[in-house]
Amino acid sequence: MAKPATDALVLDMSATELREVNATLQGASGNETAFQLVNPRGSHAVAVGLDAPIEVTVKGSTGYYCAGMNKQATVHVEGSVGPGVAENMMSGTVIVDGDASQYAGATGHGGLLVVKGNASSRCGISMKGIDIVVHGNIGHMSAFMAQKGNLVVLGNAGDALGDSLYEARLFVRGEVKSLGADCIEKEMRPEHLEILADLLDRAGADAKPEEFKRYGSARKLYNFNIDHADEY
Amino acid sequence: MCGIVGLFLKSEALRPKLGEMLTDMLITMTDRGPDSAGIAIYGDPGDGLKVTVQSDTPAEDFDGLDVALGEVLGGAVPMKVSDTHAVLTIPADAKTRAVAFLEDRGLRVMGVGEAMEIYKEVGLPKDVAARFDLRTMGGSHGIGHTRMATESAVTTLGAHPFSTASDECLVHNGSLSNHNRLRRQLAREGFVTKTENDTEVGAAYISSRIAGGASLGEALEGTLQDLDGFFTFVMGTKNGFGVVRDPIACKPAVMAETDDYVAFGSEYRAFADLPGIETARVWEPEPATVYFWER
Amino acid sequence: MKDIPQTEPRQSWTFSNEINSEIRRAAQTGIYDIRGGGAKRRVPHFDDLLFLGASMSRYPLEGYREKCETGVTLGTRFAKNPIELKIPITIAGMSFGSLSGPAKEALGRGATLAGTSTTTGDGGMTEEERGHSEKLVYQYLPSRYGMNPDDLRRADAIEVVVGQGAKPGGGGMLLGQKITERVAGMRDLPVGIDQRSACRHPDWTGPDDLEIKILELREITGWEKPIYIKVGGARPYYDVALSVKAGADVIVLDGMQGGTAATQDVFIEHVGQPTLACIRPAVKALQDLGMHRKVQLVVSGGIRTGADVAKALALGADAVSIGTAALVALGDNDPKWEDEYRKLGTTTGAYDDWHEGRDPAGITTQDPELMARLDPVEAGRRLRNYLNVMTLECQTLARACGKSHVHNLEPEDLCALTMEAAAMAQVPLAGTDWYPGKAGF
Repeated sequence: MAKPATDALVLDMSATELREVNATLQGASGNETAFQLVNPRGSHAVAVGLDAPIEVTVKGSTGYYCAGMNKQATVHVEGSVGPGVAENMMSGTVIVDGDASQYAGATGHGGLLVVKGNASSRCGISMKGIDIVVHGNIGHMSAFMAQKGNLVVLGNAGDALGDSLYEARLFVRGEVKSLGADCIEKEMRPEHLEILADLLDRAGADAKPEEFKRYGSARKLYNFNIDHADEY
Repeated sequence: MCGIVGLFLKSEALRPKLGEMLTDMLITMTDRGPDSAGIAIYGDPGDGLKVTVQSDTPAEDFDGLDVALGEVLGGAVPMKVSDTHAVLTIPADAKTRAVAFLEDRGLRVMGVGEAMEIYKEVGLPKDVAARFDLRTMGGSHGIGHTRMATESAVTTLGAHPFSTASDECLVHNGSLSNHNRLRRQLAREGFVTKTENDTEVGAAYISSRIAGGASLGEALEGTLQDLDGFFTFVMGTKNGFGVVRDPIACKPAVMAETDDYVAFGSEYRAFADLPGIETARVWEPEPATVYFWER
Repeated sequence: MKDIPQTEPRQSWTFSNEINSEIRRAAQTGIYDIRGGGAKRRVPHFDDLLFLGASMSRYPLEGYREKCETGVTLGTRFAKNPIELKIPITIAGMSFGSLSGPAKEALGRGATLAGTSTTTGDGGMTEEERGHSEKLVYQYLPSRYGMNPDDLRRADAIEVVVGQGAKPGGGGMLLGQKITERVAGMRDLPVGIDQRSACRHPDWTGPDDLEIKILELREITGWEKPIYIKVGGARPYYDVALSVKAGADVIVLDGMQGGTAATQDVFIEHVGQPTLACIRPAVKALQDLGMHRKVQLVVSGGIRTGADVAKALALGADAVSIGTAALVALGDNDPKWEDEYRKLGTTTGAYDDWHEGRDPAGITTQDPELMARLDPVEAGRRLRNYLNVMTLECQTLARACGKSHVHNLEPEDLCALTMEAAAMAQVPLAGTDWYPGKAGF
């Protein structure tokens, strides 16, 4: 564990067990607030379960569930991430410079997830309050059963966007290949432009709120109706 | 349930290192499939066909096998023995007679092809790789598989890749849900499978479609209509490989391409040691979309 | 006209009154019947097995004098802090939402007094439950309602729910009568809506992915807590083998009589295998992998008495889990509410519309007035008593078979009364040394 000039504590994942890396980050308090993980080599469960306002920079790409269940911490991945990045995040910020695989931000309750590249299928599945900003495109079945929070996409969305959506708000600048059951385009009101402007700003996204369309739940599947049976 | 790796070399210079690169990728996928491992490796097509056979008692079964087969076929049959596997090179028109002869002797035919050799066994990927000295093998492309058996037995024959036609093989991550009905239908059409494995049905399905006149692309498209369940397939062919994922596409798949190679992995970490991976184009194959890399 | 004898009016067995009433209900409403509980049809069960007590060839232990241990440790494979229970009977996962807060508190009180664990359910962990449960298993479900790392860390074990016996392979739709403000708040859902629940987890599919998910859960909780995997009784051999490969410390196997808060009647009655039929293949899978007793097997679905407990253990389980029986012990379906059950169009013992939230016993409800009917302290005592009785019964049977620990019961201590039970449990038909499928017949 050598100290570089940046003052961050460096953990080399080619020489340090995952358990030790996570235990170090999970136990961080007081003095050390900045960490750098090098040689992640696609490892799973990197920087999970953090619960302090620390800053973690990951120099490379990770596997499944990077920054899972994050609270308070800022995790910056200078690479791409595998499935389930920031899954069930509670608070804090996770930034991915590259692409994210499926289930990005799944079931997240809070905090901000920024993907600078593309996110693949099921981005924001069952999200429960998290904010997700994807600079590129998102894949099919994104925001499936999304309950709360905001999903912002600067590029295009794949098939069945927002299927079985609850109260999450979806903002897409590009094309939407198809909308899922009970997901409709909705009017963009001033309060939505305000939410969007704030998220774009926090995500460092070069886009104007007016360029987006808003999608949300038609709320027709909220209570069972036999005439909608084919949509269940 | 499994891990898949694949590597298609564009650079001639990397060919001697194919086995080494693929073996590292395969071992990285051990957690996804600790039960058995297999690899199909494609070298330069030579004169004749290569038949890969397996025996649990290689010392007895392979002793004099080349001579015996040579007598049946009327010519010399070169043989390369590697642990429980042997590769016999036969004249191009002798496949049916050779396979019948070998199976009569109780040997398991892993695959036949101008370019393809298949090595698969029960055990951890690192042990399987060591037994066959996979690291030393060269070639143009190859696919590998680590298996976590779901419903069929952990046996050599149950390991992937499955080959049901010359130079074709299939590996699979996922679980099919209509393979039993399809297995019976294929058997009526003459495509008899040897195991209870769902993936072998997938392989036989593709072979049957090709035998019926479909192109490889059409056969892979057909899997999207006729196979139910979850699958990421990687299909090896004489010239390259194809990839297809089911429309739901839950099982993972990631690809990387540089000027030197195209790589496939169930997880990104399979690529960690590939040269130039830092600057490679990395992406995920789309659901219900057929991809090909061929020379 | 002469009197012509009339035959008695004959009801159809195929189109029984019960079936016809369901056809009429479906025609009227256009939606499948949703209810709580487990399979009500008769299936081969532990009742069809008997113990072979000791006499000449074996020696029994003296009741009340010679010890018969009942303790069980769950989660010895990887977890730093395995769970030690005094009795081999745990309380199964039941959600806050389907159950009232006081009912969850009562479960915690009863389990704690008896020295065993209770389990959360869909909807998250409540203070009532955590506060009153000495050992609490936190369920990790597809919905992830209320899932958070703080509760994960204050749980004593984590149970990844892949399926349940009432509906292996099912998610479904729960009509919204019980989604009150508190329940909705915990689940991040609008009040009063139908709740659609997913059949698969949102961020993994299959055992190869689950292995990585378990790694993540262990990393978040410092490798301290046992990880259970709960599966519905469908293909128990494969499901158990794959749970072992995915890294489970404990496997919970729930047969088709296992209950649910609410799902389609067609699912409850027509999917899954009887609990009795699930145990031997599950144990075989563990034995084939050299993991029997190393990865603990908890069996649930229709456990009612100490005899059921003893028989499940004899077939190879390490412990059992109860849900429906625990609710009955608290006071569910008590005849003292018969007048009110009648008003709901049902009767004592048959009440299963748990999802409608009008439970006269105040257990499966969120209605403040009904909830107030259940005294959690008194109900907790009743559960403690019931757990103690089952344990004593189990010990009695084990002693009769000469066992100083209930875990030393074996399949060879049993015989079967029916061919079905003999085949499913792989124990000989009474009076023979043969069971269907055994060679040498």
